[in-house]
Amino acid sequence: MENIFAGLELLARWDVILALLVGSIGGVIIGAIPGVGAAVAIAILLPATFSLEPIVGLTMLLGIYGSSMYGGAIPAVLINTPGTAVNALTCYDGYPMTKRGEAHRAVSLAYSASFWGGIFSVGCLILLSPVLALIAPMFGSREIFLAALLGIILVILAHRGQIFAAGLLAMFGIFLQTVGLDAVTYTQRYTFGYSFLSSGIDLIVVVLGLFALSQAFFLLTGPDESPDAKPVTGRMTDGIKELMKHKRVATVASGFGVILGMIPGTGEFTAQFMSYTYAQKTSKQPEQFGKGSPEGLIASEAANNAVPAAAMIPLLALGIPGEALTAMMLSVFYVHNVIPGPQLFQNNIDLVYGLYFALIALNVIVMVFLLFSTNLLTKIIRVPTRFLGVMILLLAFVGVYSLRNSLTDCMIAAGFGVLGLVLKRLNLPIVPIILGMVLGGIMEVKLRSAMPRLKSPLDMIDRPISFILFVLIVLVIAVHLRALIKEVRTRQPDEDHDLHDSQMR
Amino acid sequence: MSRVKSLQSLFKRYRRPGDIVFAWFVFIFSVFMLLQIADQTVWKSGGKLFSQPRFWPAVSLTGMAIFAALHLLGSALSPRIAGRWHEVGRWVASVEYAGWFIAYAIAVPYAGYLPATVLFAIMLALRVGYRRVSTVLIAAAVAVVIVLLFKTMLQVNLPSGLVYEYLPDGLRQIMLTYF
Repeated sequence: MENIFAGLELLARWDVILALLVGSIGGVIIGAIPGVGAAVAIAILLPATFSLEPIVGLTMLLGIYGSSMYGGAIPAVLINTPGTAVNALTCYDGYPMTKRGEAHRAVSLAYSASFWGGIFSVGCLILLSPVLALIAPMFGSREIFLAALLGIILVILAHRGQIFAAGLLAMFGIFLQTVGLDAVTYTQRYTFGYSFLSSGIDLIVVVLGLFALSQAFFLLTGPDESPDAKPVTGRMTDGIKELMKHKRVATVASGFGVILGMIPGTGEFTAQFMSYTYAQKTSKQPEQFGKGSPEGLIASEAANNAVPAAAMIPLLALGIPGEALTAMMLSVFYVHNVIPGPQLFQNNIDLVYGLYFALIALNVIVMVFLLFSTNLLTKIIRVPTRFLGVMILLLAFVGVYSLRNSLTDCMIAAGFGVLGLVLKRLNLPIVPIILGMVLGGIMEVKLRSAMPRLKSPLDMIDRPISFILFVLIVLVIAVHLRALIKEVRTRQPDEDHDLHDSQMR
Repeated sequence: MSRVKSLQSLFKRYRRPGDIVFAWFVFIFSVFMLLQIADQTVWKSGGKLFSQPRFWPAVSLTGMAIFAALHLLGSALSPRIAGRWHEVGRWVASVEYAGWFIAYAIAVPYAGYLPATVLFAIMLALRVGYRRVSTVLIAAAVAVVIVLLFKTMLQVNLPSGLVYEYLPDGLRQIMLTYF
């Protein structure tokens, strides 16, 4: 109980409250503008938060992460363009509703479902913490190594239809983190004699290149567009009443969001698809899905908003990020020497509770903000795309250059920007590179520290948790192979993977 | 024949134009990197395999080369989509903006953060085709806001420009600290 109060105390400071306000309202606006998403914003702001205290920096980033999907629903519903990549399914039912003249109903329903998903997942997080605090210390080096390995495998396999590409990009990420001076043996790895490569390739430089600069290049080289959304009239609280009629769908969808959010590598996309499919299968009007079904809209929005809180679980408890945004947040922890993982629950439990309360507060702030300012946001999203590109370019500079005032970093980031653009144009995923870098680093360190205690390879899995993780790895691969064989037998390979628009905008 | 066909369907995937160019590029890159492994990493005699500095580069590059080969195979077996070189042209076009970004980074330590940012905002707005005075002015205004936010308020670590040294005393100090 006293930990809960300590957590609340952490939040009751003007700078934390300000960070929360800026993060959550800024996140909604960023999410609402098609072309920039939470990933771009967090990448840019990351170096700026290093000078702030951990709780201040983290609440701001968490605010952006948790609120961007609320904003992303607005253009998805009104102009059929998802504001962030994870609002893609919201377009399916949201836009037909707008065409029927029910824009107000769709928008308010999307907000309510998002709120439901957000609060539900924080509730789960709080209920799960005692269990986490119990299990987390059972994770030693070999368990964390196996969990990171499972994460890499899941990231690759989650990109169905693009597995080879996801695999090569994840491996590329693992390779990138090995470049530079090896910390244990002090030997050079792939530096080709260049001194600037000795210190390695900085994760933040890569993140800024792949997410922010690539998006700037993408917008600057594309045609200039200005999204035109019509204002919405009506009371925004109506959606809450309608949501109450579909409590089951909202809760199950949030549940999918929580479970898949916790599993590294799967995240919002899979959660959305699974809950949408569930909602359609159990609906009394399945034929309405894709033509403006409120249940479809609820399923999609509740699921994607349940993910951020759940994604914090592996990050806080084990120090293993499950997707790009938590991977970025991990660097904030490292900069402040707060190492997420089992010790965090023992030594800094107040910070953990502080973050939980920040998540609740941000959902409330965003909901209240949206009830009054939806029409203001429909004006903001009219920013022309190339203009947005110019601004992202200027902002990305702050992020890259402020790290260590290095021109070389800017050049490396620009190179990754071009790579990111190519990947976006080809609809290939960027996230495996980032997760490869982070999880690859964790795997290398943890395997090394586990080595002295291992006499034979079987010792790796002689503890209960490590054995369970090993079985999971085998199971995941086996299930995938089975699905692949089935697919070949029926000779109906999935033709269209456009829905896997996996780039995080 | 049917076996060949099922093999083809196993690898055939939804793609976009230019995929095969990318596939060749990453395949050549990963094989090249893998060939450098003896030169670029060290094998410590007596150490365990998993603790070798060469271990993770070897694992990742081998994995990358295998996946790149499979991706290339998949690309080659899928039907060709028109517009390959047009797409590659668009990738190359992005290099221009990478150049702008680097030029901006070079300019800041000399011209100062505020002047360089405003100048680049205006020049880039003109470059991407905005001709209305109001749009260009808005670009400049947003550039000023970015500087105020990050340098003046958040005091983010950015160098002050050499050009500020030529300013009169009082103004120089303010510019060096806040802009």
